[in-house]
Amino acid sequence: METTLINRKDAKLSLAHIYVGFIAVLLGGIAGLLQTFVRSGAITLPAGIGYYQLLTAHGVLLALVFTTYFIIGFLYSGISKTTGTLAEGPRKLGWAGYYVMTTGTVITTIMILTNDASVLYTFYAPLQASPWFYIGLALVVIGSWISGAGMFRQYRNWKKANPGQLSPLFSFMAVMTMLLWLIATLGVAATVVLQLIPWSFGWVDTINVLLSRTLFWYFGHPLVYFWLLPAYICWYVIIPKIIGGKIFSDSLARLSFVLFLLFSIPVGFHHQLLESGVSHTWKFIQVTLTFMVIVPSLMTAFSLFATFELSGRQKGARGLFGWVKKLPWKDARFFAPFMGMLIFIPAGAGGIINASNQLNQVIHNTLWVTGHFHLTVATSVALTFFGIAYWLIPHLTGRTLTKKINLLANIQTIIWVVGMAMMSGAMHTVGLLGAPRRTAYTTYSDYPDALGWIPYEVAMAVGGSFLFIGILVLVYIVVHLSFFAPKGVEAYPIGEVADQAERTPAILENWKLWISVCVALILFAYTIPIMEIIENAPPGSPGFRLW
Amino acid sequence: MHMHKYEKIWLIFGGITLIVFLSVIGVSAFAMGHHPPSDMTTIDPEKVKETAPFDDPGLKKIGDNEYEAVMVAQAFMFGEPLEVPKGATVHFKVTSADVVHGFSIPGTNVNMMVTPGHINTITHTFDEAGEFLIICNEYCGVGHQAMSGRIEVN
Repeated sequence: METTLINRKDAKLSLAHIYVGFIAVLLGGIAGLLQTFVRSGAITLPAGIGYYQLLTAHGVLLALVFTTYFIIGFLYSGISKTTGTLAEGPRKLGWAGYYVMTTGTVITTIMILTNDASVLYTFYAPLQASPWFYIGLALVVIGSWISGAGMFRQYRNWKKANPGQLSPLFSFMAVMTMLLWLIATLGVAATVVLQLIPWSFGWVDTINVLLSRTLFWYFGHPLVYFWLLPAYICWYVIIPKIIGGKIFSDSLARLSFVLFLLFSIPVGFHHQLLESGVSHTWKFIQVTLTFMVIVPSLMTAFSLFATFELSGRQKGARGLFGWVKKLPWKDARFFAPFMGMLIFIPAGAGGIINASNQLNQVIHNTLWVTGHFHLTVATSVALTFFGIAYWLIPHLTGRTLTKKINLLANIQTIIWVVGMAMMSGAMHTVGLLGAPRRTAYTTYSDYPDALGWIPYEVAMAVGGSFLFIGILVLVYIVVHLSFFAPKGVEAYPIGEVADQAERTPAILENWKLWISVCVALILFAYTIPIMEIIENAPPGSPGFRLW
Repeated sequence: MHMHKYEKIWLIFGGITLIVFLSVIGVSAFAMGHHPPSDMTTIDPEKVKETAPFDDPGLKKIGDNEYEAVMVAQAFMFGEPLEVPKGATVHFKVTSADVVHGFSIPGTNVNMMVTPGHINTITHTFDEAGEFLIICNEYCGVGHQAMSGRIEVN
């Protein structure tokens, strides 16, 4: 068993990120719980707090703050583990990124709390928030770029020190994740800096709404892969070690990440399928490109189950499914991410429905969509991140994951899965009936169909309550592992590649090639539609503050 | 790159599934004409009420049991209730006078985005009698949950 801890200074950098992430989970979770109560008609908010203000806080804190901080903290730890202690430069960039991001997060949060930014986390123009809300978000993005630059530098240092060698799989995947993020955030940065900030300050009178939406979704679709790839890192690299197996194939793992970079970036129009101003031919082309991510997703599913089966058979499992019994079900480091993987099967199927040209018509902007991303990001990704935290935090603090906390972590996973099954199940069902997302309590003047949605909204509140209890248990575990667990050494599980796996072709590490292909695909998917959007633009829209 | 035999079988299976999915979508879109609403017409969002046909919104008969419903979505309403006979085909033509709105009729496949500066269109045939609700399903401000309209089908 590998027992060395990563460098203390590197550990501090990772922990600083992870703590902000979990504070965001607690605050965002409180907002989420209140939302389900309001929506089901159980409570009305005390004067001063608006439903849509809570909804903005929930989205920003969970979808943007929690994920980005946790991911950067986790990736820095793994890079330090697999390429060696961070050099001065990369570590300084990591801290610089942290402070810029945190400044941005604080500014954004204040704007939401003072009700100057109830525009939801998608901030669609021409609803107009305070310019400081957009500046805060821009700082979060710029901070994450600085952190990414630190990781790229550390990776390059390693490549220089080890010429001709294959880079460690974890670091390769971390660089790929940050590269995807960098390319994706160019879109949102463009709309925030060039369109939203000048317009919200009043320097320009109007905004091209369709262009801002297109730039937003150019970012918004790869954003979900930015959440998923770190979970895949855990599934590909960490889980094989935890179950006592080997990575099925290094080359397949790298190839799937290359394909995720290529196919998750150049598409965003499927989020805009139901709007005017984009021709249906381009919508169809982007739907086709969207569907291509099915290929690396299926490769991932294959690799994972191949690893499970091989390790089970090595431990003497017999029969077609005997290996299932050999998996370490009582180990929270495995159980939480595994439940995440399992839920990714229905979640992914739902994603195919959302991206389909015609099926989207039925579910667009209904609670179905909310149900969908509560399965993907709030279950598959979140449970995997929780599973990572259960060993990563003690590893970084020099403490251990005790049996008792491990049991509590398994209970947390069960609470989460049960709560999410109820909440997301109700959301999916009532969404099919037409209930809209992002809408406060309403019966539309006692319209019969809308009254029929209320029982589902009550089920959402019950599920939401389970999830909130889950968050409280989670926060207890995180605090315990950080400050009170017994001192000791908790392993950083990094899997090794199976002996029978094929040698990895060098082409998979040819960054110039993959970035060029990626740029070409983006130009293909976006040049003509964006030109059309600019050339056929209607007169712009002034800003509105309708809250 | 050499691949494991099972991996190849799995990827071929996945590839075929992908082709089947895309063919279904493509045939449905291009051979059967089931495109999502993609109207390319633009309008000045600040002059909606002076611009035809939105200067005179409402239901207009344009053929045998065929109607055009011209509507302006704005915070937080869709305009007067509509009355259409059973079996009527209604072409909805909608734009926004302010922010982004949604336009959906639960219980039907009518669902589209209404963005300022653009006109969006969708067609539906009301084969069943009853009262239908039009709702805004995109957040448009503090009164968003109240934004609805009615269609009476007799």
